[in-house]
Amino acid sequence: MTIVDMATQPFLEFSFMRRALVGCLALSVSATPIGVFMILRRMSLFGEAMSHAILPGAAIGYLISGLSLVAMTLGGLCAGLIVVVLSGFISRNTHVKNDASLAAFYLMSLALGVLIISKRGGSIDLLHVLFGSVLALNNDALVLILSIATLSLLILSIIYRVLVLESIDPIFLQSVSKKSGAFAHYLFMPLVVLNLVGGFQALGTLMVVGIMILPSASAFFWSKNLSTIITCAVLFSISSSVVGLVISFYIDVSSGPAIILTAGSLYMVSLVLGKNGLLRNGKFRYRHAHLYKTSNQP
Amino acid sequence: MVNVVMDALTVISIRQLRFYYPNQATPTLKDMDLDIPAGTLMAIVGPNGAGKSTLVKIIAGLLAPSEAKRIALPQRMAYLGQQADIDRHFPITTFQLVSMGLWTSMGAFKTLTAQMREQVHAALREVGLEKFAQHPIDTLSGGQFQRAMFARLILQDASVILLDEPFNAIDQKTVSDLTSTIKKWQSEERTVIVVLHDLDYVKKHFPKTLIIAHDVIAWGDTKTVLTEKNLQHACNKCDCFITELESNSFVSEAVTR
Repeated sequence: MTIVDMATQPFLEFSFMRRALVGCLALSVSATPIGVFMILRRMSLFGEAMSHAILPGAAIGYLISGLSLVAMTLGGLCAGLIVVVLSGFISRNTHVKNDASLAAFYLMSLALGVLIISKRGGSIDLLHVLFGSVLALNNDALVLILSIATLSLLILSIIYRVLVLESIDPIFLQSVSKKSGAFAHYLFMPLVVLNLVGGFQALGTLMVVGIMILPSASAFFWSKNLSTIITCAVLFSISSSVVGLVISFYIDVSSGPAIILTAGSLYMVSLVLGKNGLLRNGKFRYRHAHLYKTSNQP
Repeated sequence: MVNVVMDALTVISIRQLRFYYPNQATPTLKDMDLDIPAGTLMAIVGPNGAGKSTLVKIIAGLLAPSEAKRIALPQRMAYLGQQADIDRHFPITTFQLVSMGLWTSMGAFKTLTAQMREQVHAALREVGLEKFAQHPIDTLSGGQFQRAMFARLILQDASVILLDEPFNAIDQKTVSDLTSTIKKWQSEERTVIVVLHDLDYVKKHFPKTLIIAHDVIAWGDTKTVLTEKNLQHACNKCDCFITELESNSFVSEAVTR
């Protein structure tokens, strides 16, 4: 049996593997470019916080109508948006910095979510929400993920130039166009939440940020051109998904963590061998350290 | 009180401008009156915390005045803030960065035409960066980056150009090259307003000067405005704890902010 056979056989043989693959590919194409922008906008930890924040909404949806996809997704979307708006409001009107108020809200949100789920369901349900179940995606879940991916790509293509300008030189954008910066920002935030909600069906709230950030962070080690970085990141994301799924199939481990750890290994390889990585930039210096320095300030 | 009627040659007209930052007891700018004729090449100087950047940001429309009896501003302005505001490691090329200057003709969706491309290259040539067009911006030195910013300003083709401390920590060669660009703008009858702290440089290149310290201390021909008395007056207004005034710049020992 060749390696190619080994890699393709699980997908040919089992439909749950094919569904998992389709779900992960859709996520790779839609969530990963968002992740690139999150890193550029120093929001990588914002995604992490938001992934927790959507939990109580999903839990309430679950409480009301069981494992209903639509209810859980709508709930998650609402909870995420409420936390974004509230923490933004607090930081605009008090001395508290945005990251501090965001931290406060997502912690409360997370606790509330876990409380609701543990009250109603058992620990299995909790695991499902936190770590996802990519191997149990039904048709509804797939349609949902694919719709979110389509919508997300569409919005991103509309706000792309403004988002780039706003990330690099917000003051310039404000000086030439008063409203478009805020417009891009307020469309981008729901986009993040939307992708997290789409991803948590498959990978769970804890893992979905991984598929957003890890391949994107890796891609920064390979190029200094935004479009190349995005292409690279999506390719990393896709390959992590495929390899992770195959590994989880053969050695019988949970697939979400397998995918994220594969992406993590790619990150470590990029960190060391990448064009801008430790070994190849001459000075043994992490060139993109600046991208992470303030990453805890969304 | 100056005549309030704005003639066609006045490009910026401000009456009774006040500006407070949130949670600040004293206004950064108070009761400021200012008329700037079109085509002026002027410097704004003043001690630290005098409100120079604030004033320029208000003129650029980036900050809204807290109170103003009247504020008449031109349509097409270009503003270059202090370098700290820009992410200098963003993964794009110099060409892409400079082409941002074409926003007014491109907006959020239009593509770059061949003619626009040529415009970008021309601007890059003018500031001496044509060889760096395809280099990522994080490979540019401080001076080269500022040249790129000036290329972007050239493309903005604005009638009023506002620069906030454009030559901080910039090498001499770049300063003198970009000064010629500023002079060229003046010869094209654009209004150029520059916040500066090097008074020798101001004396040498700027015909008009505005000294501010929360309000207008002096405004007019550089020769008559830049006197020891006016500078000392400005310093006193900002509570600078300085005993002597260096001839070439404000001693930046202001403790107010």
